[in-house]
Amino acid sequence: MFSSLMGWVDARFPATKMWEDHLSKYYAPKNFNFWYFFGSLAMLVLVLQIVTGIFLTMNYKPDAALAFASVEYIMRDVNWGWLIRYLHSTGASAFFIVIYLHMFRGILYGSYKKPRELVWIFGMCLYMALMAEAFMGYLLPWGQMSFWGAQVIINLFGSVPFIGPDIALWIRGDFVVADATLNRFFAFHVIAVPLVILGLVVAHIIALHEVGSNNPDGVEIKKNKDKNGIPLDGIPFHPYYSVKDIVGVVVFLFIFALIIFYAPEFGGWFLEKDNFIPADALKTPEHIVPLWYFTPFYAILRAVPSVAGSAFAGVAAMGAAQVFLFLLPWLDRSPVKSTRYRGPIWKIALTLFIISFIVLGYLGTQPSADTTLLVNNTILARIFSVIYFAFFILMPFYTSIDKDKAVPDRVTMK
Amino acid sequence: MRNLIYLLFISLLSVSSTQLMASSKMHLEPVEIDLSDKASLQRGAKTFVNYCLSCHAASFMRYNRMAKDLGLTDKQVAENLMFASDKVGDTMTIAMRPADAKKWFGVIPPDLSVISRARGADWLNTYLRTFYLDEERAIGTNNLAFKDVGMPHVLWQQQGYLENEHGHLATATKGVDSDYNQTVADLVNFLAYIGEPSKIQRLALGKWVLLYLFLLFLVVYPMKKAFWKDIH
Amino acid sequence: MSNTVDNGKRRFLTTAASVVVGGAGAAAVAVPFVTSMLPSAKAQAAGAAVEADISKLEVGQQMTIEWRGKPVWIIRRSTETIENLASLDSLLVDPGSSVTSQQPEYCKNDTRSIRDEVIVLVGVCTHLGCSPTYRPELAPEDLGPKWKGGFYCPCHGSRFDLAGRVYAGVPAPTNLVVPPYYFQGDNRLVIGEDAQGAA
Repeated sequence: MFSSLMGWVDARFPATKMWEDHLSKYYAPKNFNFWYFFGSLAMLVLVLQIVTGIFLTMNYKPDAALAFASVEYIMRDVNWGWLIRYLHSTGASAFFIVIYLHMFRGILYGSYKKPRELVWIFGMCLYMALMAEAFMGYLLPWGQMSFWGAQVIINLFGSVPFIGPDIALWIRGDFVVADATLNRFFAFHVIAVPLVILGLVVAHIIALHEVGSNNPDGVEIKKNKDKNGIPLDGIPFHPYYSVKDIVGVVVFLFIFALIIFYAPEFGGWFLEKDNFIPADALKTPEHIVPLWYFTPFYAILRAVPSVAGSAFAGVAAMGAAQVFLFLLPWLDRSPVKSTRYRGPIWKIALTLFIISFIVLGYLGTQPSADTTLLVNNTILARIFSVIYFAFFILMPFYTSIDKDKAVPDRVTMK
Repeated sequence: MRNLIYLLFISLLSVSSTQLMASSKMHLEPVEIDLSDKASLQRGAKTFVNYCLSCHAASFMRYNRMAKDLGLTDKQVAENLMFASDKVGDTMTIAMRPADAKKWFGVIPPDLSVISRARGADWLNTYLRTFYLDEERAIGTNNLAFKDVGMPHVLWQQQGYLENEHGHLATATKGVDSDYNQTVADLVNFLAYIGEPSKIQRLALGKWVLLYLFLLFLVVYPMKKAFWKDIH
Repeated sequence: MSNTVDNGKRRFLTTAASVVVGGAGAAAVAVPFVTSMLPSAKAQAAGAAVEADISKLEVGQQMTIEWRGKPVWIIRRSTETIENLASLDSLLVDPGSSVTSQQPEYCKNDTRSIRDEVIVLVGVCTHLGCSPTYRPELAPEDLGPKWKGGFYCPCHGSRFDLAGRVYAGVPAPTNLVVPPYYFQGDNRLVIGEDAQGAA
């Protein structure tokens, strides 16, 4: 009976075809490792954020006079409101942890290289959209950090030459961050950007499935097919990777639950102390710190000195830091995909890049006038910004001269 | 696996501790928060309602919620802990108007509902114990944790007055409440409670969720292994 | 070498176990979300019992107070009105208040009240929710000579007597609701709660 129902549907909608193309007959390499969990985890967190977000919207009030109180209302008066709130706030940080590890996998195994450049581009657009989504979502609790973080970042847009102040005014809808700003950020955060994200996720996966997944060896499994046209090193995504990803989900949820139930503030990293003080336009907090996932770029922004009285140089540098990521498929000249078979220069460069990203992330949380290990933070930020940019700018050169190893023909189950 | 260990190692090497939010470098008196100590919370509630609630609201905290969590009946709360409000379902608001407060104190006394999440329990404990006499100020007192604070030393009858001898505080008045530190600890415990009443429920539920997820792991992992048996 | 029949069984069993355990978890996760939509502590506090002082309520006078967002009428009835109630029984759908959802146990009587002279009613028509008008006068022109006082709903013409009982032949199906209430002394009503506890 089920098969005749499916027959009826299939004559009108490619249900079985989609099931086969993307799941039961989508052949993925059999050697996926730990780094390959993060794509499905990202989808899980996206669903989680949307569902918890919908329930938060049932009680949140996007009004400057009511917002802060409405969040406390959710935390205390709404049945299970505290849990829904913590799921959403922890979920936001979890999203970035998952995405950074997902992107790292891409760099590690050359998943951005031909023919997967578009997968990478859609992914980078997703990263940009996610940052916008998080930035706007963070204004909504209307705490001190929400307000001042938004004020500082929007003022940065104001530093763009000639059109800057008008852009900032247009974004804010007022002369300072105010009720108008809150309302429009709410509209963007709740519906506009999520729609963009959903669209990009679909595009990202379609682009991936069109060319097939990469793997830790960087070997193209479509080069070796059996007599039925199925890659020798391929296994159907369903059931193999569906059951494997379920295990990944359970482990992730365990760690996630640990944080939600025992440390939702995560020492002030996920829910900042200053955000428990209602926004006060007349009182600036001592340290304005962006959320941890923005801090590497914030450090780069601050490291660049003012040029001709404008902070625009720093803004441009911060932008460039992200634009370079988009260009990876074309900056990397090595024909070898996976770091496993790359030469020593690449490995050193990648290590330096990771260190610089993390150190810059840390420096972004500290006052720039302070010192770390006896060195002034601004100087440190400049040094590591240079390393960060050097990774990209010098890449065409060092990837061309690097001594890569021989890539095997078939995947290895390492 | 190698990559993961390497990544974790670099992260650890590169990142410092989570003291990033400490705005002042002053020494804080640690206090122990125990939300299961209902007696302490009740004592703290009493101090709060008698001394703090005249100027500071806790407008997100409902009386009947407090009753339930502190092991009191609605009637006990209505009779002993409610002065400004009528119904036990109300929140702990105050009668003083913000405009008047600004005029009398120079600043509106902040709502204390989430003060413990904003400042931390140790800071509150230190703050309440470091008021000292200061002739140069109109209200006659100052505070080591919060310089030039607009709040007078409301609990002077319990602690007495201290004098500031180059950053070290010494007792100026004698015959005061030797249990002052306990009074403050109870009050701070209560403030920690009103900061997040659902914490009690959250901690209680956590172990069950983790237990469930562990059990779920024990069924899904064998499922994965069963399917992957023929993949080499 | 793997035994495929054995492996097939293993796959089936572990999958079945996962579905059962996972399904239980999914159901448990749904609970907080669904429950969050029930009235919050704030809504419940707002919906708590209200007090009414009837010391100044004259005979024939109607007092309206708000409870859970709805109008509640308190009327002091005259002895004449109370005596007239029985004579209307044949014109009514449910003269004996047999539909239990419309009044508390202690108001399932001839006068639908705790004390004869004070009637408490939720002023919402049981047809589609309009608030009826109070028509205490006898035999007005628009309501006819048999009218002995009651309520007339302007939306679709439903009629109720001064005990809130619905007339036959009108759109409203049931008597007006009597809310839970009790007396605190002679002149104070607590509406929204029975004498023992909350509604």
